[in-house]
Amino acid sequence: MSSEPPGSVSPGDPNAVNDWYELFSRGSRDWLRHSDKIREAVREHLPQIVAGSDIINDGARTVRVPVRMLEHYRFRLRPDAEPQGVGQGSAKPGDLLGPAKTGNKQGGKGAGGTDRGGTELLLEFKIDDIIDWMWEELRLPNLQPRVGQSDESEWKREGWDKRGARSRLDRRRSLKESVKRRARESSTPTFIDEDLRFRQLARRRQPAMRAAVFFLLDVSASMTEGDRQLAKTFFFWVAAGLRREYRSVDIVFVAHTTDAWEFSESDFFKVSGSGGTVASAGLSKVQEIMQTRFDPGSCNVYLFYASDGDNAVDDRERARTELEGIAKASRYAGYVEISTGLRSSQSETSRLYDAVGAMGLCSGRCSIRDSSDVATAVRHFFTIESQAAGAGATPGSEP
Amino acid sequence: MKPDWRSHLPQLEDLARGLGLNWSPVIFEAVPDSFMTEIAVYGLPVRMPHWSFGARYIYQLLQRHMGYSRLFEVVFPGNPGRAYLASSNGQADNILVAAHVLGHADFSKNNLLFQRSQEQGSEHIIEHAASHARQIERDIESYGFNAVEKVLDAALSLEQYIDLDRGLRRENYPEYLAGATPASDDAFRSRFATLDVDEKALPNARKLRAPLPPHPERDLLWFIATYAPEMESWERDIFLAVRAESFYFYPVYATQIMNEGWASYWHARLLREADFIAQDTYLDAIKCHSDVVRPVAAEEQIALAVNPYHLGFTLWEEIIKEGGIDAARRIMSEDDDFSFLRNHLTRERAADMGLFRFQKQSNGPVKVLAENIDELRETLLGEKYNFGAPRVSVAEVRSNGTLVLEHDSDIDKRGLDTERARKVLEYVVHVWRRPVVLRTVDASSKPVEILTEPGAA
Repeated sequence: MSSEPPGSVSPGDPNAVNDWYELFSRGSRDWLRHSDKIREAVREHLPQIVAGSDIINDGARTVRVPVRMLEHYRFRLRPDAEPQGVGQGSAKPGDLLGPAKTGNKQGGKGAGGTDRGGTELLLEFKIDDIIDWMWEELRLPNLQPRVGQSDESEWKREGWDKRGARSRLDRRRSLKESVKRRARESSTPTFIDEDLRFRQLARRRQPAMRAAVFFLLDVSASMTEGDRQLAKTFFFWVAAGLRREYRSVDIVFVAHTTDAWEFSESDFFKVSGSGGTVASAGLSKVQEIMQTRFDPGSCNVYLFYASDGDNAVDDRERARTELEGIAKASRYAGYVEISTGLRSSQSETSRLYDAVGAMGLCSGRCSIRDSSDVATAVRHFFTIESQAAGAGATPGSEP
Repeated sequence: MKPDWRSHLPQLEDLARGLGLNWSPVIFEAVPDSFMTEIAVYGLPVRMPHWSFGARYIYQLLQRHMGYSRLFEVVFPGNPGRAYLASSNGQADNILVAAHVLGHADFSKNNLLFQRSQEQGSEHIIEHAASHARQIERDIESYGFNAVEKVLDAALSLEQYIDLDRGLRRENYPEYLAGATPASDDAFRSRFATLDVDEKALPNARKLRAPLPPHPERDLLWFIATYAPEMESWERDIFLAVRAESFYFYPVYATQIMNEGWASYWHARLLREADFIAQDTYLDAIKCHSDVVRPVAAEEQIALAVNPYHLGFTLWEEIIKEGGIDAARRIMSEDDDFSFLRNHLTRERAADMGLFRFQKQSNGPVKVLAENIDELRETLLGEKYNFGAPRVSVAEVRSNGTLVLEHDSDIDKRGLDTERARKVLEYVVHVWRRPVVLRTVDASSKPVEILTEPGAA
């Protein structure tokens, strides 16, 4: 059979396990890419993640979302309802075997796609990441620099000096000085102390961009537990986003029934209540806090009010006056209507906002029907496009 | 401390040569388990990057962790061939594995399917694959990651669509139809054809453009790379790179049962005749052998799958027992799994092995079907045609550039999974840049057309 000289086996280095194989894993690299693709895909379903309202309570910094492995599609036949196969073992024709158990050793070669069935992964998303995605293009509406007292200042690089801290040595400028000097004098050392230039820092005042955001939540009896949860989910993402986006933003948490109270953040997200609805109570509480703690002249004030829209009819006039006062002093007054039930006519509170909007004051409203609307509502108030559209409708706002 | 398995290699080789094995040199290398897993997933020690490999890699790692399967070695045929051994193999395992590798090396040097593929360039597949991977890295630098990934999405999803019969290197189709060739056996016509006639005077002498493609084209990768109206040349190169690798994979895939059986036969026989191996090493090695070729998992009575190692090994043992080694070597050189099973998996042998056909009932249990050796062989082979992919070919390119793909549902007996097919078309339309249409049948065997337009995806 073998007329030609048979080949030989070259044993190579006897103790050879090449260490570099450990250093780089193509499999891990491509797996990371797969995970990125999943994240991109999941990102498109942001509302579903955001809707998981349990994140408010347990203080977790991550959300877990079950996802399927991505499939790289190939042409495949329609699944056969009753597929045939070949097995091995002691079975006679006509035998009925239990549910299929297959644990067969397969050779590890070949191309061909393997069917991975429904392998599910639990991907963990950092809440910070979700906020990043959600707030990528979101801004506070109508934010304006306020001249006046500002405690914000920044160290800026400004000018040079011949003395300074080593860490602020400007090499480029020092070299320039050295070149200039050497052009004048001949046969001198490359660098002398005279050449060195150090960057100087100066403290500079920043224009004030302070903002105070009021969250006003209706916790009256007509708001069900679910309604409140929706409103709190909305506030949670807004608060998280604002804190991320702006260095100095004060958030004030107020809840009202027929009376109104200010809460700390953690209490606010736990608050529940009962009783009637008098919007003006809440609004005047906001006014009061605004007057005493935040001067609208030096501070951008915002109000976001969440309610189911039922307000006592005899409160209509007072509430309108209060809201008008707030809207005039503030940059923007937003209203989130939690409308989980069916409603035939326009709600009391939304009429209130429409009236204020008609006066040319910066305001807007959006309704949340179920948990998937939460992300939409956040987008509604904070996207640049919707703000541009809103600015057209509110001629009172300066650019 | 047992002796290093490598010290036995020269003796093992001499023994193999004496028994008629004939192979090209093999370079052995021990690699970490994680790298073995990567080789298994990528099919090659170096290959282009793609996220789908990453998904398979993690899946394999999970399987390994749960102890479902273990990989001892992977061999790449070539001159020299390369064998990667898992560094976790024991000394005894490695003696067995080295003998197994010699069996594979003998097989790939002498099997015709391998020989042809080696001649077409697979001899240096590792170098080729590495250069493809490098080229794709450069493409990523030039055209951006996403652009390259989209092309790879398309090319790899069609990776099974090559035409073995037409080979790796192909000429483009003739652009015009061949003129009506004069029948040479007819004296009058051949004389007439030599007459000096003004061609323009003949109305039919106008050259006719050949339809594209002139026949249903199975090599989708080649067709798209060659005839896509607006593909960039680097995109065409990616298609051709994937295609070259598929040509390499085909013999590996189409001879798996024979090849693994052959290697298993030889590792068993070489070990049995290797009197230079210590008794305890031999026992360890043979334990490993029986794990590899056992038909059903140790704790099971019945398996609903066939272990290709076991099937191939048993058939070769029988063939050699009945016909001798020379007959076996001839079969080894000429057959692939299709002819091997059809010629040599007889009714008696199937019955001895306890092979049976079964059908999964839609309501749960699995029913064992009546004995029928022809059906059994075809069921075993049914998954192997064309890399196990449905038969899809290019039917035509319409005058507006629409690519028409046709699924042969008569042979496949079912239509395509339309959701997946649509996704594949979305990959393809990205490189074809004109509409792409696929014809198949729906659940009630009525023809359906799936259309994808560029820009829609």
